[in-house]
Amino acid sequence: MSAASIATAAYLVAALLFILSLAGLSKHETAKQGWVFGVAGMVIALAATIGLSVHDSSVRGTTALIVAVATVIGAVVGLWRARIVQMTGMPELIALLHSFVGLAAVLVGWASYVEVEDKGLGSFAGSLLRIHHAEVFIGIFIGAVTFTGSIVANLKLSARIKSAPLVLPGKNLLNLSALLAFAILTVVFVLHPALWSISAVTAVALLFGWHLVASIGGGDMPVVVSMLNSYSGWAAAASGFLLDNDLLIVTGALVGSSGAYLSYIMCQAMNRSFISVIAGGFGIEAPSGAGEGEYGEHRETSAEQTAELLAAASTVVITPGYGMAVAQAQYPVAELTRALRARGVDVRFGIHPVAGRLPGHMNVLLAEAKVPYDIVLEMDEINDDLAGTDVVLVIGANDTVNPAAAEDPSSPIAGMPVLRVWEAEHVVVFKRSMASGYAGVQNPLFYRENAAMLFGDAKTKVDEIVAALAAQPAVPVPA
Amino acid sequence: MLIGVTREPVGETRVAATPATVRQLIGLGYDVVVEAGAGALSAFPDAAYTEAGAVVAAAEDAWGADVILRVNGPSPDEIGKPRDGAYLVSTLAPALNPDLVDALTERDITVLAMDAVPRISRAQSLDVLSSMANIAGYRAVVEAAHEFGRFFTGQVTAAGKVPPAKVLVAGAGVAGLAAIGAASSLGAVVRATDPRPEVADQVKSLGGEFLPVVVDEAAQQSADGYAKATSDQYNEAAAKLYSAQAADVDIIITTALIPGRPAPKLITAADVASMKPGSVIVDMAAGMGGNVEGSVAGRKTVTDNGVTILGYTDLAGRLPTQASQLYGTNLVNLIKLLTPEKDGKVVLDLDDVVQRAVTVVRATGSGRGEKLWPPPPVQVSAAPAAAPTAPALAKPEKKKLSATAKLTLVFSGIALFWLVTAFAPAPIPQHFTVLTLAIVVGYYVIGKVHHALHTPLMSVTNAISGVIVVGALVQIGLGVRPVQILAGIALLLASINIFGGFAVTRRMLAMFSKGN
Repeated sequence: MSAASIATAAYLVAALLFILSLAGLSKHETAKQGWVFGVAGMVIALAATIGLSVHDSSVRGTTALIVAVATVIGAVVGLWRARIVQMTGMPELIALLHSFVGLAAVLVGWASYVEVEDKGLGSFAGSLLRIHHAEVFIGIFIGAVTFTGSIVANLKLSARIKSAPLVLPGKNLLNLSALLAFAILTVVFVLHPALWSISAVTAVALLFGWHLVASIGGGDMPVVVSMLNSYSGWAAAASGFLLDNDLLIVTGALVGSSGAYLSYIMCQAMNRSFISVIAGGFGIEAPSGAGEGEYGEHRETSAEQTAELLAAASTVVITPGYGMAVAQAQYPVAELTRALRARGVDVRFGIHPVAGRLPGHMNVLLAEAKVPYDIVLEMDEINDDLAGTDVVLVIGANDTVNPAAAEDPSSPIAGMPVLRVWEAEHVVVFKRSMASGYAGVQNPLFYRENAAMLFGDAKTKVDEIVAALAAQPAVPVPA
Repeated sequence: MLIGVTREPVGETRVAATPATVRQLIGLGYDVVVEAGAGALSAFPDAAYTEAGAVVAAAEDAWGADVILRVNGPSPDEIGKPRDGAYLVSTLAPALNPDLVDALTERDITVLAMDAVPRISRAQSLDVLSSMANIAGYRAVVEAAHEFGRFFTGQVTAAGKVPPAKVLVAGAGVAGLAAIGAASSLGAVVRATDPRPEVADQVKSLGGEFLPVVVDEAAQQSADGYAKATSDQYNEAAAKLYSAQAADVDIIITTALIPGRPAPKLITAADVASMKPGSVIVDMAAGMGGNVEGSVAGRKTVTDNGVTILGYTDLAGRLPTQASQLYGTNLVNLIKLLTPEKDGKVVLDLDDVVQRAVTVVRATGSGRGEKLWPPPPVQVSAAPAAAPTAPALAKPEKKKLSATAKLTLVFSGIALFWLVTAFAPAPIPQHFTVLTLAIVVGYYVIGKVHHALHTPLMSVTNAISGVIVVGALVQIGLGVRPVQILAGIALLLASINIFGGFAVTRRMLAMFSKGN
């Protein structure tokens, strides 16, 4: 039994624990268990690798020192960020973390190149060396794309750069030529490894990743974030090939395929082609002329009137969107939910798959505000009940409740599944102004006769409703 | 400007403004004067108006205002009361009362007819016909329940089983839908008919069952949003349906009206005779000639076989407080439209289709008004779009791959994969095996993830992908300085990921709690 075989066995156990972790996270009941499996897997993997690395190392002291220092700094920074992050800022954080994986993959690739250059061709024979060179390139490329892509996603999500899609002339051509350049450089590098070509490919990949995500608008970020998650997995898998390490391959592939599948679910929810998402720059389409048509007048309502409406209702559905996150309105919304439930009103939440800027973003915010998760339903679970609902509160959502998607074949969002809130008896839309949503499509919902607009900051307005509701006489709960 | 609210003629219970709408009018910059006792029959005492900020005064003061709001049109001796240049707003039925319109044209005043609001979405908030029809439909059910000797709802009691009442509503317009909703919420079995098949969903949404009249006839919908007269073939099929239903149901509520024409006869004397004794019919179209043979406008009649026919024409007025409130709100919305600056000054914009449609007479300043009735037709938004084809052409359906093409693709992909693996040197095929199986496992493991857990899942996979740290650790051990530096940075970054990812996931998972 050698140190290497112990490590291999530990990797197998770690890989199994990771699979159990992902499986556990698919249900609320087992989610915490899944987290424990994940941590256990990581501890085993790290312990085995550190042990192996120190054991095999010719410079044990230095190795142990570097490992300890880097790990401690990383741990402190990571735990600190995780503790202070606002739940509304979760998308930014996750995008940023993806960028670390990407950058780490790039560094591992470079280190591997330097190592081979330094040590000579020792362990490699014949075509294996060339394969190794190709692997270095693939690893660096995926890692660099993940890195800059995630940085751009982070900047867009934290509103430090404009979230509007960047449209460069001939952007598809740019993407294609980046891929072509990558292919050519790979061939060159495989034949004649040199510093200039590895630097060039890193630069090309960095630019490519930046452009890829920059040309996607802020509203499509749920897909982008899960896509980058997938990329970060593939980057790890590529490093696994490079270092001949099965744990990296298994884990990378798990993350990569699960992220890709998640993106696929998101795309279905937006009625977009998966391929065009992967390729970047999807969803940019000028609104058709029909969007400028006559919509008529919207009606305004007040917090007091909304409170009256809610007091008289027996079923209420709340459909939150990114606006709720922006206004930090999840706590007042939860307060409102509790007040209404105390009155015997059946309150539920309808969550569109792409509401927010991260898959499941709304669920996390509502959970943070202590809304029980069993009244937070998915679009498909609640859509058929909306017709029998007395009042729907649309809080900071727009495109996800747009009837044009279902009814206007010329609309840019035609065919996208939406929450059919307009079927309810009354709809109250919380909005800051009459501006159109992310997709730039006018929303005919606002002009429906059963819809009323409540303008203002969502948080203030919900607070006002809670206050006004307290003043309403209590309705006896039917026995 | 000063708004005057006058008393309505004898027999009218409604009033054109309530204390609540007075407040809104004042908010638009107007002063309001209310004739003493105007709201008495709607349960709005003078004191309430005073409290809302209006001045309660004598009739002359209210009639002398700049804008006069009324429910009913002026009687012949009231036509002379407004001052020159004043605005008079009320319901007028200008199409049915050409003499009244002519008489008003003799005066130099601007007359706006609230019942001439076009049926476009923008104008819904001022559509009195809809708001009054809604009330009338509800009241029709209440009147029917009052006359009907049984429960509406079915019950099983210790004293025996009670079958639910069966209600037929003819015409699923605003009034019909209100009646369907009211009757079904009382527990009755409600059926409804309408020549427009597209209202079936609306009927269903209110708890009614839609009975279609089956004939081969396209496009029953007219361009102006109202039901139009129907063909002979259709009428024959409908008559059969009504005869069959009359013998079965306990209560019939008819709401069929065709603008500018006498109401269609839907229920014949023979149908009425076939009904069970104690049954009730409410003919909401009695004022327009009636949908039911034997109904008398404004009266209750009982047939020889004990069927009660109610021909009340004042159904909305029988809920005066509610009707006044909705009518008053319609008026406020009209005044809002007329007061774009919210400065208490009426600005009539005849280029606006809604304002054009309601303006029957316009003051000219020359001592006589200018007759603007009838307005040019307005195409309503509810009518089917004429040509939706153009944009559809611009966006062709994506070509779906045929099944064979898909199979070919899959098999060629697998073959390629086999080739690559077969010819790759030693460790590569092994890695490919691991990679492929892991991809498949990842796909299946994630397949059934609860939507709410997407974010925690993502942050955990993110932490797990920090396993790239393993690569960095292996490289650090190699003892080559530049490699150690690069790998050390990679290790630092990846550890942020691992610790941060797991910690944030734990925080999120702790928040999810199940309610009881």
